Amino acid sequence: MYVAVKGGETAILNASALLAQARRGDPAVAEIDTAQIAGQLRLGVARVMAEGSLYDEELAALALKQAAGDQVEAIFLLRAYRTTLPRFGYTVPLDTARMAVRRRISATFKELPGGQVLGPTYDYTQRLLDFSLLAEGGAPDAVPGVEPLPDTLPRGTDLLGEEGLIEPELPLPGDPAPTDLSREPLGFPADRATRLQNLARGDEGFLLAMGYSTQRGYSHTHPFAGEIRMGEVALEVVPEELGFAIGIGGITVTECQMVNQFAGSASTPPQFTRGYGLAFGEAERKTMAMALVDRALRCAELGEDAASPAQQAEFVLSHSDNVEAGGFVQHLKLPHYVDFQSELELVRRMRAEAAQPQAAEEQTA
Amino acid sequence: MTQDPNQAQRRHWLGVLAQAAPAELEAHLSRHALPALQWLRRPETGLMMVRGRAGGTGGQFNLGEVSVTRCAVQDDDGRLGVGYVRGRVARHAELVALFDLLLQDDRRRADLLPTVIAPLAERQRAARDVASAQAAATRVNFFTLARGD
Repeated sequence: MYVAVKGGETAILNASALLAQARRGDPAVAEIDTAQIAGQLRLGVARVMAEGSLYDEELAALALKQAAGDQVEAIFLLRAYRTTLPRFGYTVPLDTARMAVRRRISATFKELPGGQVLGPTYDYTQRLLDFSLLAEGGAPDAVPGVEPLPDTLPRGTDLLGEEGLIEPELPLPGDPAPTDLSREPLGFPADRATRLQNLARGDEGFLLAMGYSTQRGYSHTHPFAGEIRMGEVALEVVPEELGFAIGIGGITVTECQMVNQFAGSASTPPQFTRGYGLAFGEAERKTMAMALVDRALRCAELGEDAASPAQQAEFVLSHSDNVEAGGFVQHLKLPHYVDFQSELELVRRMRAEAAQPQAAEEQTA
Repeated sequence: MTQDPNQAQRRHWLGVLAQAAPAELEAHLSRHALPALQWLRRPETGLMMVRGRAGGTGGQFNLGEVSVTRCAVQDDDGRLGVGYVRGRVARHAELVALFDLLLQDDRRRADLLPTVIAPLAERQRAARDVASAQAAATRVNFFTLARGD
């Protein structure tokens, strides 16, 4: 238990000044600005936005600068900031079929209608350190364009849907508003909407490990990357003054449709099932891991035993948030002097009690 | 109160204005005299929760929030201009609301649609096409190789 302490004001002020000095680094080296961070460290910014659960490149870049590149700290800063702003409402659900696609691949359909579009990817690069980046190289040559992609690209999973080979993904009856974890605490059993919100802002490392565990045999879901797409989607809202939907700008998102095997049940013929990942920004690894975990967590609905960690919603959802986890782990470094004092006295008493019978035995001997 | 002009048309111009750079709008606005007006809602920044759908088409879920700035302005004829933009740039929301107000005036609309909205829409389309054309340049056709015996 943490008990409040007093004192140390000067030390704290000096520590804060020292932190600012350490953050700035060598004053002879140019200071980094948030536009550089947003433009040149965009994947770091994307992760802060996704797990900070707030899409705002400039604020995420500022958080990264303030946190000296510590992503979990930057995520914490963004989450703390969001609590200072009023909530205006909800957007119309994103239509990812109408995404302005910059990348779109499928590991299951070679002949994907609309084609496989690699986009700005590390895949197929050699992943050797590029020492030319040590020098300032100026702007790289622009990629020459060809005929633009169509405005709407069908989902790879639609191909299976046409034959009824994959479970349909339809709105729930009445298309109800989902529960909102930024408004209500996490409760169990958690429905899929709650799980997806939790996973969307969950720690990428944690989800990666959970997703990986399913591949290594802790729940067999036989995943295939049905389709991964990344690009810009329009944001639409219905202002109270207007009563109809208007566009307010676009955001970049990554979507992963995982296709999984399912043997069927008494009421359902064998068909493929789905796991879904969606996140702010370019976040391919995150959305793939999210889709694996989403599918594993659907075990009860699909009549599978929840025998593995990734299938246990209480375990996964309660430990996925790095703001909560970081807070609870790191609170251990705050002064616990009173608490520890009582533990110390307890251990001393137990040792004394343990030593007494021994001393009595020695006397009688 | 004024009649809403064609709702689809208003949706279109609000969407185009929201995606335009504030500097572009500022330049256009400087060429137009504003009527007497009052701000019903000064620009304020807040959050909207972005929703997605499971599998892209299924049940709704909350993905995360986005910063949004909004405002509302009224002229003496009772027309209401609204500005909703993603981000935290107060002036952007104001500019959208002012143009929305002007565009509801029949006489001004006939001028503003071809001189402001159409060129902005065209430029946005062109920017989208450039990005799409570059993405299309990375389109591949994978083929599987028959395994030799």
